[in-house]
Amino acid sequence: MKISVIITLKKDVLDPQGKVIHQTLGGMGFNDINEVRQGKYFEIDSKESDPKIAKDKVEEMCKKLLANLVIENYKIIDAQ
Amino acid sequence: MKSSVITFPGSNCDRDMDVALKKFGFKNKMVWHNDTELPKSDLVVLPGGFSYGDYLRCGSMASKSKIMKSVLNFANSGGMVMGICNGFQILVETGLVPGVLLRNKYLEFICKNVFVKINNKKNTYFKNMDNDVLEFHIAHNEGNYFCTKDQLKEIEDNEQVAINYCNRDGDLEEQFNPNGSIKNIAGIFNKEKNVLGMMPHPERMIDASLSGEDGSLFFNNLINNLK
Repeated sequence: MKISVIITLKKDVLDPQGKVIHQTLGGMGFNDINEVRQGKYFEIDSKESDPKIAKDKVEEMCKKLLANLVIENYKIIDAQ
Repeated sequence: MKSSVITFPGSNCDRDMDVALKKFGFKNKMVWHNDTELPKSDLVVLPGGFSYGDYLRCGSMASKSKIMKSVLNFANSGGMVMGICNGFQILVETGLVPGVLLRNKYLEFICKNVFVKINNKKNTYFKNMDNDVLEFHIAHNEGNYFCTKDQLKEIEDNEQVAINYCNRDGDLEEQFNPNGSIKNIAGIFNKEKNVLGMMPHPERMIDASLSGEDGSLFFNNLINNLK
Protein backbone atom coordinates (compact mmCIF):
# COMPACT_ATOMS: atom_id res chain seq x y z
CA MET A 1 0.00 0.00 0.00
CA LYS A 2 1.41 3.39 -1.00
CA ILE A 3 0.79 6.39 1.19
CA SER A 4 1.84 9.94 0.37
CA VAL A 5 2.65 12.64 2.86
CA ILE A 6 3.10 16.36 2.32
CA ILE A 7 4.97 18.42 4.89
CA THR A 8 4.50 22.18 4.82
CA LEU A 9 5.92 25.00 6.92
CA LYS A 10 3.47 26.58 9.33
CA LYS A 11 2.13 29.99 8.37
CA ASP A 12 4.21 32.18 10.66
CA VAL A 13 7.54 30.41 9.97
CA LEU A 14 9.92 32.29 7.70
CA ASP A 15 10.71 30.39 4.48
CA PRO A 16 13.80 32.05 2.94
CA GLN A 17 14.05 29.42 0.19
CA GLY A 18 10.45 30.01 -0.84
CA LYS A 19 11.18 33.76 -0.91
CA VAL A 20 14.15 33.31 -3.24
CA ILE A 21 12.13 31.01 -5.52
CA HIS A 22 9.40 33.67 -5.58
CA GLN A 23 11.93 36.38 -6.52
CA THR A 24 13.50 34.21 -9.23
CA LEU A 25 10.11 33.39 -10.72
CA GLY A 26 9.39 37.13 -10.74
CA GLY A 27 12.66 37.73 -12.57
CA MET A 28 11.60 35.15 -15.17
CA GLY A 29 8.43 37.06 -15.86
CA PHE A 30 6.00 35.22 -13.58
CA ASN A 31 4.73 38.39 -11.97
CA ASP A 32 1.32 37.30 -10.68
CA ILE A 33 2.51 35.33 -7.63
CA ASN A 34 1.56 36.31 -4.08
CA GLU A 35 3.85 33.90 -2.26
CA VAL A 36 5.85 30.66 -2.66
CA ARG A 37 6.25 28.20 0.23
CA GLN A 38 8.57 25.22 -0.11
CA GLY A 39 7.72 21.88 1.48
CA LYS A 40 8.53 18.16 1.41
CA TYR A 41 6.81 15.17 -0.16
CA PHE A 42 7.16 11.51 0.88
CA GLU A 43 5.94 8.30 -0.74
CA ILE A 44 5.80 5.48 1.76
CA ASP A 45 5.29 1.95 0.44
CA SER A 46 3.94 0.00 3.41
CA LYS A 47 3.68 -3.78 3.82
CA GLU A 48 0.46 -3.22 5.76
CA SER A 49 -2.65 -4.05 3.70
CA ASP A 50 -5.28 -2.55 6.01
CA PRO A 51 -5.59 1.12 4.94
CA LYS A 52 -6.72 2.30 8.38
CA ILE A 53 -3.79 0.67 10.19
CA ALA A 54 -1.32 1.81 7.52
CA LYS A 55 -2.56 5.38 7.73
CA ASP A 56 -2.36 5.39 11.53
CA LYS A 57 1.23 4.13 11.34
CA VAL A 58 2.16 6.86 8.87
CA GLU A 59 0.55 9.43 11.12
CA GLU A 60 2.76 8.20 13.97
CA MET A 61 5.81 8.43 11.66
CA CYS A 62 4.88 12.03 10.84
CA LYS A 63 4.63 12.96 14.51
CA LYS A 64 7.81 11.17 15.56
CA LEU A 65 10.17 11.81 12.64
CA LEU A 66 8.93 13.12 9.30
CA ALA A 67 7.66 16.47 10.58
CA ASN A 68 8.87 18.79 13.31
CA LEU A 69 5.58 19.99 14.72
CA VAL A 70 7.07 23.21 16.09
CA ILE A 71 7.42 24.53 12.54
CA GLU A 72 5.72 22.06 10.21
CA ASN A 73 2.30 20.62 9.42
CA TYR A 74 1.77 17.25 7.78
CA LYS A 75 -1.00 16.00 5.54
CA ILE A 76 -1.54 12.39 4.56
CA ILE A 77 -2.93 12.84 1.07
CA ASP A 78 -3.29 9.40 -0.45
CA ALA A 79 -3.78 5.82 0.69
CA GLN A 80 -4.29 3.24 -2.03
CA MET B 1 36.05 14.81 35.89
CA LYS B 2 34.84 12.37 33.28
CA SER B 3 33.33 13.34 29.97
CA SER B 4 31.94 11.54 26.93
CA VAL B 5 31.74 12.81 23.37
CA ILE B 6 29.25 11.05 21.10
CA THR B 7 30.35 10.43 17.52
CA PHE B 8 27.57 10.15 14.93
CA PRO B 9 28.18 9.28 11.29
CA GLY B 10 29.04 12.71 9.88
CA SER B 11 30.22 14.32 13.13
CA ASN B 12 33.38 16.30 12.42
CA CYS B 13 34.07 18.33 15.56
CA ASP B 14 34.19 15.30 17.84
CA ARG B 15 37.98 15.08 17.91
CA ASP B 16 38.38 18.86 18.39
CA MET B 17 36.08 18.53 21.38
CA ASP B 18 38.11 15.57 22.67
CA VAL B 19 41.32 17.66 22.45
CA ALA B 20 39.66 20.61 24.19
CA LEU B 21 38.18 18.57 27.03
CA LYS B 22 41.48 16.76 27.70
CA LYS B 23 43.44 20.01 27.59
CA PHE B 24 41.41 21.35 30.50
CA GLY B 25 41.55 18.20 32.61
CA PHE B 26 38.62 16.03 31.60
CA LYS B 27 39.16 12.29 31.22
CA ASN B 28 37.29 11.98 27.96
CA LYS B 29 35.88 8.94 26.21
CA MET B 30 34.60 8.79 22.64
CA VAL B 31 31.26 6.98 22.36
CA TRP B 32 29.86 5.57 19.11
CA HIS B 33 26.23 6.39 18.22
CA ASN B 34 25.33 2.71 17.92
CA ASP B 35 26.40 1.94 21.50
CA THR B 36 23.59 1.66 23.98
CA GLU B 37 25.31 2.56 27.24
CA LEU B 38 27.03 5.76 28.27
CA PRO B 39 30.26 5.42 30.25
CA LYS B 40 30.09 7.03 33.69
CA SER B 41 30.24 10.74 32.89
CA ASP B 42 30.05 14.14 34.56
CA LEU B 43 29.49 15.75 31.16
CA VAL B 44 28.19 14.43 27.84
CA VAL B 45 28.89 16.39 24.67
CA LEU B 46 27.07 16.15 21.34
CA PRO B 47 29.63 17.60 18.93
CA GLY B 48 29.33 19.65 15.76
CA GLY B 49 29.30 18.30 12.24
CA PHE B 50 26.76 17.05 9.75
CA SER B 51 25.30 13.92 11.33
CA TYR B 52 23.59 11.72 8.72
CA GLY B 53 24.41 14.32 6.07
CA ASP B 54 21.76 16.65 7.52
CA TYR B 55 19.12 14.44 5.85
CA LEU B 56 15.45 15.30 6.47
CA ARG B 57 16.22 18.01 9.04
CA CYS B 58 19.57 18.73 10.69
CA GLY B 59 19.94 16.48 13.72
CA SER B 60 16.68 14.60 13.17
CA MET B 61 18.23 11.21 12.39
CA ALA B 62 20.89 11.45 15.08
CA SER B 63 18.22 12.28 17.66
CA LYS B 64 16.76 8.79 17.12
CA SER B 65 20.05 6.87 17.26
CA LYS B 66 20.60 4.11 19.83
CA ILE B 67 22.86 6.01 22.24
CA MET B 68 20.37 8.88 22.50
CA LYS B 69 18.09 6.84 24.78
CA SER B 70 20.87 6.75 27.37
CA VAL B 71 21.66 10.43 26.76
CA LEU B 72 17.99 11.31 27.33
CA ASN B 73 17.88 9.29 30.55
CA PHE B 74 21.13 10.90 31.69
CA ALA B 75 19.81 14.41 30.95
CA ASN B 76 16.42 13.75 32.52
CA SER B 77 18.09 12.59 35.72
CA GLY B 78 20.03 15.87 35.94
CA GLY B 79 23.20 14.94 34.01
CA MET B 80 25.10 17.69 32.22
CA VAL B 81 24.60 17.50 28.45
CA MET B 82 26.06 20.08 26.09
CA GLY B 83 25.28 20.22 22.36
CA ILE B 84 27.45 22.36 20.11
CA CYS B 85 26.28 23.38 16.61
CA ASN B 86 24.96 20.12 15.08
CA GLY B 87 24.79 18.91 18.69
CA PHE B 88 22.40 21.79 19.42
CA GLN B 89 20.34 20.78 16.38
CA ILE B 90 20.21 17.22 17.74
CA LEU B 91 19.12 18.52 21.17
CA VAL B 92 16.18 20.47 19.73
CA GLU B 93 15.13 17.41 17.72
CA THR B 94 15.09 15.30 20.89
CA GLY B 95 13.00 17.95 22.61
CA LEU B 96 15.52 18.31 25.46
CA VAL B 97 15.65 22.03 24.68
CA PRO B 98 12.73 23.94 23.14
CA GLY B 99 12.52 25.45 19.64
CA VAL B 100 14.11 24.60 16.30
CA LEU B 101 17.04 25.75 14.15
CA LEU B 102 16.00 26.94 10.71
CA ARG B 103 18.06 27.72 7.63
CA ASN B 104 20.05 30.96 8.08
CA LYS B 105 18.02 34.03 7.16
CA TYR B 106 20.18 35.00 4.16
CA LEU B 107 20.65 31.40 2.96
CA GLU B 108 24.42 31.52 3.44
CA PHE B 109 26.71 29.13 5.24
CA ILE B 110 28.31 31.37 7.86
CA CYS B 111 31.87 30.71 9.04
CA LYS B 112 33.34 33.47 11.18
CA ASN B 113 34.10 34.65 14.69
CA VAL B 114 31.26 36.20 16.63
CA PHE B 115 30.78 37.72 20.06
CA VAL B 116 28.23 36.34 22.45
CA LYS B 117 26.93 37.79 25.70
CA ILE B 118 26.23 35.50 28.61
CA ASN B 119 22.60 36.04 29.57
CA ASN B 120 22.40 33.80 32.61
CA LYS B 121 25.23 32.88 35.01
CA LYS B 122 23.08 31.05 37.55
CA ASN B 123 24.04 27.64 36.20
CA THR B 124 26.95 25.19 36.13
CA TYR B 125 28.05 26.25 32.65
CA PHE B 126 28.64 29.96 33.24
CA LYS B 127 28.71 30.40 37.03
CA ASN B 128 31.82 32.37 38.16
CA MET B 129 32.72 33.57 34.66
CA ASP B 130 34.42 36.96 34.96
CA ASN B 131 33.70 37.90 31.35
CA ASP B 132 30.24 38.85 30.14
CA VAL B 133 31.20 38.77 26.47
CA LEU B 134 33.07 35.92 24.78
CA GLU B 135 34.48 35.58 21.28
CA PHE B 136 33.59 32.21 19.77
CA HIS B 137 33.53 30.75 16.27
CA ILE B 138 30.42 29.81 14.30
CA ALA B 139 30.20 27.62 11.19
CA HIS B 140 26.67 26.67 10.21
CA ASN B 141 23.94 26.77 7.61
CA GLU B 142 21.01 26.14 9.97
CA GLY B 143 21.49 28.24 13.09
CA ASN B 144 18.46 30.48 12.83
CA TYR B 145 16.80 29.86 16.19
CA PHE B 146 13.03 29.86 16.08
CA CYS B 147 10.26 29.07 18.52
CA THR B 148 6.60 29.94 18.94
CA LYS B 149 5.53 33.05 20.84
CA ASP B 150 4.27 30.92 23.73
CA GLN B 151 7.56 29.01 23.85
CA LEU B 152 9.54 32.25 23.79
CA LYS B 153 7.58 33.58 26.73
CA GLU B 154 8.19 30.36 28.65
CA ILE B 155 11.91 30.38 27.76
CA GLU B 156 12.28 33.97 28.95
CA ASP B 157 10.19 33.47 32.08
CA ASN B 158 12.39 30.50 33.04
CA GLU B 159 15.61 32.36 32.17
CA GLN B 160 16.54 29.68 29.63
CA VAL B 161 18.39 31.97 27.21
CA ALA B 162 22.08 31.15 27.73
CA ILE B 163 23.88 33.41 25.26
CA ASN B 164 22.96 36.03 22.65
CA TYR B 165 24.87 37.28 19.61
CA CYS B 166 26.29 40.76 20.24
CA ASN B 167 29.23 43.01 19.39
CA ARG B 168 32.56 43.34 21.22
CA ASP B 169 30.92 45.62 23.78
CA GLY B 170 27.98 43.32 24.43
CA ASP B 171 25.37 45.37 22.53
CA LEU B 172 22.51 43.15 21.43
CA GLU B 173 21.46 44.97 18.26
CA GLU B 174 19.87 43.15 15.32
CA GLN B 175 22.88 44.04 13.13
CA PHE B 176 25.06 41.72 15.27
CA ASN B 177 22.71 38.81 14.61
CA PRO B 178 24.44 36.67 11.96
CA ASN B 179 21.65 34.25 11.09
CA GLY B 180 18.24 35.71 11.90
CA SER B 181 17.73 33.98 15.26
CA ILE B 182 14.84 35.26 17.36
CA LYS B 183 16.17 37.83 19.87
CA ASN B 184 19.78 37.09 18.80
CA ILE B 185 19.59 33.75 20.63
CA ALA B 186 22.81 31.75 20.19
CA GLY B 187 22.28 29.18 22.93
CA ILE B 188 19.58 28.00 25.32
CA PHE B 189 19.16 25.78 28.36
CA ASN B 190 16.48 23.33 29.32
CA LYS B 191 14.35 24.42 32.28
CA GLU B 192 16.67 22.83 34.82
CA LYS B 193 19.82 24.35 33.17
CA ASN B 194 21.69 21.04 33.04
CA VAL B 195 21.28 20.83 29.26
CA LEU B 196 22.88 23.52 27.09
CA GLY B 197 22.60 23.83 23.32
CA MET B 198 24.57 26.48 21.46
CA MET B 199 25.63 27.20 17.89
CA PRO B 200 29.10 28.70 18.64
CA HIS B 201 32.12 26.42 19.03
CA PRO B 202 34.11 27.06 22.24
CA GLU B 203 36.43 24.15 21.31
CA ARG B 204 37.74 26.20 18.40
CA MET B 205 38.99 28.96 20.73
CA ILE B 206 41.49 27.21 22.96
CA ASP B 207 44.81 28.26 21.48
CA ALA B 208 46.17 31.81 21.56
CA SER B 209 48.34 31.36 18.48
CA LEU B 210 45.68 29.67 16.33
CA SER B 211 42.45 31.40 17.28
CA GLY B 212 41.76 32.93 20.65
CA GLU B 213 41.38 31.78 24.20
CA ASP B 214 37.81 32.58 25.14
CA GLY B 215 37.05 28.87 24.76
CA SER B 216 39.81 28.18 27.30
CA LEU B 217 38.05 30.49 29.75
CA PHE B 218 34.83 28.56 29.17
CA PHE B 219 36.27 25.04 29.63
CA ASN B 220 38.44 26.03 32.62
CA ASN B 221 35.44 27.54 34.32
CA LEU B 222 33.24 24.56 33.45
CA ILE B 223 35.56 21.94 34.94
CA ASN B 224 36.02 24.04 38.09
CA ASN B 225 32.25 24.36 38.45
CA LEU B 226 31.87 20.58 38.09
CA LYS B 227 34.48 19.73 40.74
